[in-house]
This record gives sequence, structure tokens and C-alpha cells, in this order.
Amino acid sequence: MQSEPLSFMGHARDRHRAGPIAGNGGLHLLFPAGDRSVRRALSASVAAFHDMGVDRDGCDFAELVLAEVLNNVVEHAFTDRGHGIIELEAWRAGNALSLRIRDDGMPMPGERLPAAQRHDLTVETHELPEGGFGWGIIHDLTRDLTYRRDGARNELTFAIDFTEFDAST
Amino acid sequence: MELGIRDTGDTRVVHVGEARIDAAVAIQFKDQMRDLIVGGPDRVILDLSAVTFVDSSGLGAIVAAMKQAVGPQQLELAGLTRSVAKVFALTRMDRVFTIHDSVDAVLAGPANAE
Repeated sequence: MQSEPLSFMGHARDRHRAGPIAGNGGLHLLFPAGDRSVRRALSASVAAFHDMGVDRDGCDFAELVLAEVLNNVVEHAFTDRGHGIIELEAWRAGNALSLRIRDDGMPMPGERLPAAQRHDLTVETHELPEGGFGWGIIHDLTRDLTYRRDGARNELTFAIDFTEFDAST
Repeated sequence: MELGIRDTGDTRVVHVGEARIDAAVAIQFKDQMRDLIVGGPDRVILDLSAVTFVDSSGLGAIVAAMKQAVGPQQLELAGLTRSVAKVFALTRMDRVFTIHDSVDAVLAGPANAE
């Protein structure tokens, strides 16, 4: 899974070194920033999480969180040059999934982690928010959420506990 | 994107024929829904029973569709799968929409008794 589908990227991947978990039962993906490649990465990730023994609820939440994180990168990190590469690593640590997402795009505003927006949903229908749900979802479903600007790269790390969700559903 | 339409009396059922309403199709979905709502019947039921994944972009597009229903018009949801229901609960959007178990439950309900 690591290299065959990526030959089209040429030397782009040489700038990204695989983390310690690649080839060690973990997941390591490199893919271009785009809606369709995000879909493929999510599909591959969910299959890998399932193989790691993550339960159905854990897979659902992990897919949702990853979708929000990756969509955010696609929409905001490469608005200057219009293309870029995303690196995703995931591994299981006990009953948690650890994830690290890196990209070589523009930094987050202020080089800080965006806060969750909490919307007032009691407003009239025409005033309801049509966006801004993403970081709320990410904050709510993860722990140890950390953003770091590392040279020319963004790095987001977090964990998702997948046993807690059983009790709440 | 594949949207199936069925009109019954004053109710239009829109069946989403794709598994995902996500960032890749959100704008397209929003545009197609607008065409189905504006000038359409008073009651529009969005049947999500075939949808297994909605992200925040898809959720935003569904909210945008609801906002197209004006005056006597209403957009309601039906058939949320387990994973989609979770997204609505997480964002508390389950309190904003009228959500039915299934399209059959809607069409058998009192609003369509006549």
C-alpha cells in the first residue's frame, strides 16, 4: 500500500520521510490534496482501521474526523499554489487510534489550532449555519489534539479512543 | 449526482442514490436540491436511507437545501443510517430538522391520511 499507487507523484514523496510506524502494522499514506484523492484515502484508512481491530463506531468516527481534517487541508492549505501532498499515518495503541496528518501547505492562521465554533441553532431557519462544523467535530471526537508548524510543514496529531463510543451508543 | 424523485400528492420524495454526501459532491447536491425544492410541492422529504457518510460539507449542503424551502414549504429528512444519524447528533442538527424513521413512515402518517 505504501508506494505502488504513488509512482505518479515522482520525487514529491522524497520530501516526506515515513514515520516510525510505517510497515509496522500501521497505516501510511501519501496522496495529492484533492476531493477525490481524499475519498480514496478515507476508504483505505477505514479498511486499515478495521483490520487493526477498531470497532464499527470507532471506524465511523475516525472516518468523520479524518474527512474534516483532510477537507480542511484541501480547502485552505494550498490556496496559494493549488496543489500539494498530504501524508497520513495511523497506528493502534491499545484501545486508541493515534493519527498524524502532515502537509506542506500554508500554515494554519496564526500558526494555531482553530477553536471549535459553537453555533446558536435556535435562530430562524434562514440564519442557520451552512458551514463551520468541522473543527467542532474534530475537537469533540479526539483527544490530545496538537498542531505544530514544523519548518514548511503542518503537523496535526491526535488520538481517537474507540472503546468509549460503545458505551454512548 | 443521482437523486430519484417521486411525487405523491403534495409530497415530493427525493431519494439520494449515492453513498456519500461529502466535500466532493456538496455543491452539486446543493444545486440539484435547489432545483427540486424551488417551485416544488409544499412538502419535500429527503430520503437518506442509502447514504452512509455525510461530512460537514454535506451537512452544510443539507442545511442549505432546507433554507431553500420557504413559505409553506418544508424540507424533512427520512431514513438516516446509523453513521449519518451520529453526525446530526454530534452537531445537534438533529434538533433543527424534522427527522422520520423512513419514507414509508412519512407517507403512512397523518399528514397524508387524506
